[in-house]
Amino acid sequence: MISQVFILSSQGDHLIYKDFRGEAGSDVVGVFYEKVTALTGDQPPVVMNHGDLHFVHVRQGGLYWVATTTADSSPFTLIEFLNRLAALVKDYCGSLCEKSVQMNFALIYELLDEVVDYGYIQTTSSDVLKNFIQTEAVCSKPFSLFDLSNVGLFGAETQQSKVAPSSAATRPVQSSREQGGKSEIFVDVIERMSVVIGSNGVVMKADVEGEIRVKCFMPSCSEMRIGLNEEFSIGKSQIRGYGAAVRVDECSFHQAVRLDEFSSSRILRLCPSPGEQTVMQYQLSDELPSAPPFRLYPTIERDSGGRLLMYLKLRCDLLPRSAAINVCVTIPVPRGSVSVSQELSSPDQSAELKLQSRAIEWRIPRFPGGTQLSALFKLEAPALGPAPLMEVGPVVLAFELPHLTVTGLQIRFLRLSPVQPGPSQRWIRYVTHSDSYVIRV
Amino acid sequence: MPYLGSEDTVRELRRHLSNPNVQSDPLRYRSSILKVIRAMSQGVDVAGLFSEMVKACATVDIVQKKLVYVFLCSYATLNPELSLLVINTLRKDCQDPNPMVRSLALRNMVNLRLPSLAEYVEQPLSAGLRDRAACVRRVAVLGWAKLHNLQPASEIDAAVVNELYGLLRDPDPVVMVNCLRALEEILKEEGGMAINKPITHHLLNRLGQLDVWGQCEVLRVLQRYRPQSESELFDILSLLDASLVSPHPPVMAATLSLFLVLCPDLPAVSFAALERVRGPLLAACGSASRETRFTALCHIQLLLRSLPGLMGAHYKRFFCGYAEPAYIKQRKMQVLVELVNDDNVAMLLDELRGYCTDVNADTAQAAISAIGRIGRSYSDQCLQILTGLLGLQQEHITSAVVQTMRDLVWVCPQCSDTVCSALEGCEETLQDSQGRQALLWLLAVHGERVRSAPYTLEGFIDGVRGEASPGVKMELLTTTMRLFVCRPAETQDMLGRLLHHCIEEETDMCVRDQALLYYRLLRCGMEETRRVLGGRRSEPSLGVLIGRPAEPISQWASSFNTLEPLKQGAGETETTGRASPQHVTFDLDSDLSDTLNSGAGGFSFSPAGVQAPPLTLSLSPALSPEEFERLWTQRRAPPAEEGAEELDYVCLEERIRCPAVPHCSPQSLQAAMQLVNIQTLAFTAAHASPWRVYLYTHAQQAARSALILGQLLYAGEDEDEDEAGLSEGPSPRGREEEVKVTLKQRPRDEKALQGFLSILTAVLHTLPFNTH
Repeated sequence: MISQVFILSSQGDHLIYKDFRGEAGSDVVGVFYEKVTALTGDQPPVVMNHGDLHFVHVRQGGLYWVATTTADSSPFTLIEFLNRLAALVKDYCGSLCEKSVQMNFALIYELLDEVVDYGYIQTTSSDVLKNFIQTEAVCSKPFSLFDLSNVGLFGAETQQSKVAPSSAATRPVQSSREQGGKSEIFVDVIERMSVVIGSNGVVMKADVEGEIRVKCFMPSCSEMRIGLNEEFSIGKSQIRGYGAAVRVDECSFHQAVRLDEFSSSRILRLCPSPGEQTVMQYQLSDELPSAPPFRLYPTIERDSGGRLLMYLKLRCDLLPRSAAINVCVTIPVPRGSVSVSQELSSPDQSAELKLQSRAIEWRIPRFPGGTQLSALFKLEAPALGPAPLMEVGPVVLAFELPHLTVTGLQIRFLRLSPVQPGPSQRWIRYVTHSDSYVIRV
Repeated sequence: MPYLGSEDTVRELRRHLSNPNVQSDPLRYRSSILKVIRAMSQGVDVAGLFSEMVKACATVDIVQKKLVYVFLCSYATLNPELSLLVINTLRKDCQDPNPMVRSLALRNMVNLRLPSLAEYVEQPLSAGLRDRAACVRRVAVLGWAKLHNLQPASEIDAAVVNELYGLLRDPDPVVMVNCLRALEEILKEEGGMAINKPITHHLLNRLGQLDVWGQCEVLRVLQRYRPQSESELFDILSLLDASLVSPHPPVMAATLSLFLVLCPDLPAVSFAALERVRGPLLAACGSASRETRFTALCHIQLLLRSLPGLMGAHYKRFFCGYAEPAYIKQRKMQVLVELVNDDNVAMLLDELRGYCTDVNADTAQAAISAIGRIGRSYSDQCLQILTGLLGLQQEHITSAVVQTMRDLVWVCPQCSDTVCSALEGCEETLQDSQGRQALLWLLAVHGERVRSAPYTLEGFIDGVRGEASPGVKMELLTTTMRLFVCRPAETQDMLGRLLHHCIEEETDMCVRDQALLYYRLLRCGMEETRRVLGGRRSEPSLGVLIGRPAEPISQWASSFNTLEPLKQGAGETETTGRASPQHVTFDLDSDLSDTLNSGAGGFSFSPAGVQAPPLTLSLSPALSPEEFERLWTQRRAPPAEEGAEELDYVCLEERIRCPAVPHCSPQSLQAAMQLVNIQTLAFTAAHASPWRVYLYTHAQQAARSALILGQLLYAGEDEDEDEAGLSEGPSPRGREEEVKVTLKQRPRDEKALQGFLSILTAVLHTLPFNTH
């Protein structure tokens, strides 16, 4: 049961406030902000209480999404609801940020009115909601250099016209209805990998969490069929076909997905509702089908002048035709480090010492597969501790792998029925993110 | 907007709203209303515009209507009279052919929250229950709940309640769920709606049509149902099995909650359910939303309380991601500590070691104390890591390590040697008061074995003038006193200086009082001082080799899927304390310590009948469990060789009549043993059969010291002679009340052994008879 819902900006501005049950005054908004900003880093902020009133909040898009409730409510329900609410707002407003929420507050009030009544969640399905929501989204189109150049998906330099611009999917769902927006459908396969590689190069942990997300801007779409790899198998024992099997450990589907053709030919059937939805989620632990994408060969020593020399060789083990982009290597350095001088192998890379996080950040905008980069960092640290080498590392990599899934999951085809009248576009996008890619040194 | 005062804003808005030109242009009118709502949600008090907004309510534009209703519902309670003007418009809208307009009007009519309007509202609400459109029925059903809560004193209309019960069969699933919610609210005083068999089965059958939120609601309501027979129970359970592994965490949690409530008497079923939810819970732990991850982690901690082995194989799922916030990392570490076993301990410690140098000091400290917790079962590996961390000479790490070592030594006395040698020199790195207090505590308790202890103390005492924390000063006083007792020559001078400073110059009353207390104590003589200060060195209530016992599920079932588990701060690690254990003598069950004290003259340190130099028992040097095991099995040498070793060691078996022993709690046994300096090293749980305790001590008599290892065995009523092996034949009577004592001593010293046996017998007889 939800007593109030409010949305605050990160500076504490009241963006949206809705009281469903009249049990507490609006002054709790201020109380919440004081509490949440007074927390130190290690205190769990998700649930806080003020007398009998409990605050449950999530952070999305740099905003606080808060619900107040009583102690016996289910935290899973509340958090899932707030996340869902944020997703709905994103669907309806196009993007999720302070500005879009501010501009579309009327729309958000309308949404809240339909989604929750008297503190009880009524529906969050965009199929149902589309009949009730009347306000149109106000879309901000800030001037951006990205619109001018033909920069492709996820910033990748793919100059082909068959690639949608990366901002294509950040638009309000409803514009497709009246404003004659293009009727499009996006199917994204997104994987997040978390890997730990030991100092001896052994992969100690490798997990992949993946999902297939459908974002639909079709005015009418009765059924969609998504064909996955035929060799797709779930669990350890099951092996299909003769080719390289695409295996996941566990797999779950959105409840609207019909699986009658899944076991025979790996086809998901569903009627996409407008907006974004996660059609399938899957996990793979401990066994990657291919080598981990990056390896690091570090040499670290102290020179006579008290400096710390770090020679890093980083190899990208992807196939030569693919590349990692926006690679950021974070190398924690010992306390007392003052400055760093660097020798990098190409001018587009950059590196700097972040004193606040005590780490060197080495940025590589594009890193093609099968290549190797090296960097030499000379760390000036006048007051080094007795064991500085123990303080170096673990090295963390953040990156994106566009057009690639680590598990090898592919979408064979995407069919819509009935066949759409007029031009409609179907986009399939693959991307793998690093959730946490740690290499011990 | 922020530069205008709220009054100016309101005046400006009013001018806009009442401008006829604006009113005639729908778009401008709507945008003026938008401005009002915007001001409202920014916290400006726009209540003064109420009458203008009431006028704006009469429109055909639905968007404008909705906006005005948002305003009216916020301010109606301040303007009850003016709100009467709206009710006509609303009632008219309730007749509108458009169901959306009908539901909107109906909802906002009740949302005005004006009890005075109740009479106007009831009729449209009743009509709404029978409306053709589901969306109107949804609103009407909840409207009754709102209306009831507006006038809690009013009679419940039985006809409405019946109608609501009837609407449970409504084809629209949301209407059905709303009926549940409304009935629960209306019948709150009677304990909620009736959950009988037909309703339960109806709800269960429709579970599949509901969305996630509806399913959660139904599952929660069903918790009150008690199945009439076992077969019905199992029917329900098998029906719910699919939602137990639902990919939606809310449904999974609600189902498990229901399972635990439905079968409190069937632990096997509950445990099977816990096993089933492992997959979904682990998936939630890897969810993209960090809040969901956190919630899942907190609930996994609950599950682990009853089923410690549940996640053992999946420990890697709880490794911390680099970018995760500190609060999630800490929870994960708490879970990791629970999951440690022989197979994964190396991997786990390796991982935790990596977190110890985290940039975030909180995370680093949590990792260090997690290693300390694992150290209770795997002390060697953990101490190695902790000692290595001291080498970094970083302030916050050293402080956390010293505190962790203190906590570890308190529960694992066998670690004290390693800790003592590691402590040398770390006082220079320590800056914060917590860390220094921990160091002082360690010096107080094990100071006689730290070579440099007096020098360290000297440094502290020299700097006492600049010391800000009273806690450190008090700890310093105690430490110096205790060190004085065991190393008087080195510490006498500095103790004098410290006491002088604290009594003459100290302004903090607590510190001064404590100094005065010690001063007076010293005047009472050395014996008295030693008696008062000789506190215990280790936690008296801990079995070294027993893990935490698994709790029954009922302990936490009621808090599952509530906010409770998320609120419990950092949990158990925090309770073991960031404060040093007290230096006071442990407070035993009063009768036990009375008996011991009264008997003390009789037996304890000079056993009757042995006219020899007094026998003292001592715990140091400490013996690790592994060492004990080696010595114990080594001395179980074949009897043939016994002659050769005769001189070296002796083995003695004795039976002691003691009915209480196998029934007493491990804590009281250990406490009793500690009191006479016998260390219990391992024991089986109370009431287990055969029940065993392993213990050791060093018996010192006239400058000779001998290690005594002992085993107490109680094999239960049907004692198995072969298993006991070393027994010399059963005693004829009262066998079940006897405990077999096997003692091994090196070097051989019959008198000391006899003395020890009499002490042991006396202790065993004082044990309280503890029947749970």
